[in-house]
Amino acid sequence: MKKLESSLTNMVVVLVAVAVITGGLLAWVNNFTAEPIRVQKELVLAEGIKSVMGVDDITVTEKDTITENVDGKDCEFVLHKVSDATGKFIGAAVESSSMGFGGDLKLLVGFDAEGKVLGYTVLQHSETPGLGAKADKWFQKDGKGNIIGRDLSDGKPLVVDKDGGDVDAITASTITTRAFLKAVNQAYAVYAGQDADASSGASKRAHSGEE
Amino acid sequence: MNCFKILMNGIVKENPTFVLLLGMCPTLATTTSAVNGMSMGLATMFVLICSNLAISLIKSLTPDMVRIPVFVVVIASFVTILQMCLEAYLPSINKSLGIYIPLIVVNCIILGRAEAFACKNGPVASLFDGIGIGLGFTLALTVLGMVRELLGAGSVFGVVLLPETYNVLLFVLPPGAFITLGFLIAIVNKFKKA
Repeated sequence: MKKLESSLTNMVVVLVAVAVITGGLLAWVNNFTAEPIRVQKELVLAEGIKSVMGVDDITVTEKDTITENVDGKDCEFVLHKVSDATGKFIGAAVESSSMGFGGDLKLLVGFDAEGKVLGYTVLQHSETPGLGAKADKWFQKDGKGNIIGRDLSDGKPLVVDKDGGDVDAITASTITTRAFLKAVNQAYAVYAGQDADASSGASKRAHSGEE
Repeated sequence: MNCFKILMNGIVKENPTFVLLLGMCPTLATTTSAVNGMSMGLATMFVLICSNLAISLIKSLTPDMVRIPVFVVVIASFVTILQMCLEAYLPSINKSLGIYIPLIVVNCIILGRAEAFACKNGPVASLFDGIGIGLGFTLALTVLGMVRELLGAGSVFGVVLLPETYNVLLFVLPPGAFITLGFLIAIVNKFKKA
């Protein structure tokens, strides 16, 4: 078959046809992947909540999105209040984020009803592989900078040892450690504020960071 | 044309990574571990095969002056399809490759093969060229990832082989990618001459 000539009509027709066909194809694929993608995202979050709360049989009773002004930037926190199988309130998992070494560091932190850290998981990060990226294990129960079980309700935020605190910094990654602890402290502030005055919601609160 | 010859051409003679030195950005950035390298290679191979086939089928319907935009739209569509499918069915791979999946659109191997091969050859030959070049790229990225993972993290495909004391962090970081790639190219050239 001979090649189509590059006349204006031919070019316009071909480009429009290609755009329409590929557009249709994409719409069709999007149509059947949209549902699995949504389910997948919910699954990841549900698994995360389970793992940070340390209990398998839980129900999320309330989901609340709170926007707060931290260091002149609007940050979004999502609070998932959790009850156990019998309906007893056991605490909340809070999505929190802060600026890490390479970009946003997003965490999910679980607190019990008294304000103790039950667990955490890193949802998203851009830290250096082998250094700051170790944050996913470092602060866990058997890690060197263990924060699990720490009680934040006495008003003292978690501080890295370099800044006079008592949490061991990740080797050669103090910036990541600071960002991580900041996210945890913010998560607690959101959780505590909500707990103290559940009816008022987010509108009145606008405190900044925990530094 | 001999299909086997086309296949081997992509893997050995015109290996995109070791010989043509195309697609360096994903090559250097995603090979921090063997699994990441291999998934990147396979993702690129999928797009390459689909785009080679599609472009060789529509080549006579495409006026010369608009062929590049048409090719780019075709490639971008396949990449978007790939991304949506990975997100839906293989979220862990999607998470570890992140931004490098949409960036396959601008991978010069794919547009390069479309221009150099698919728009001059029939669908069957183009299909084999896609498989050959794709396999060559996947192999190269897997080897690169294996070496970097072994030296940098002491494991291969997640199986720990060396204790943590012997890990050289440099190999997981960007400079390690350049060093490893340089040595691998030297080794491949040595074998090709022999």
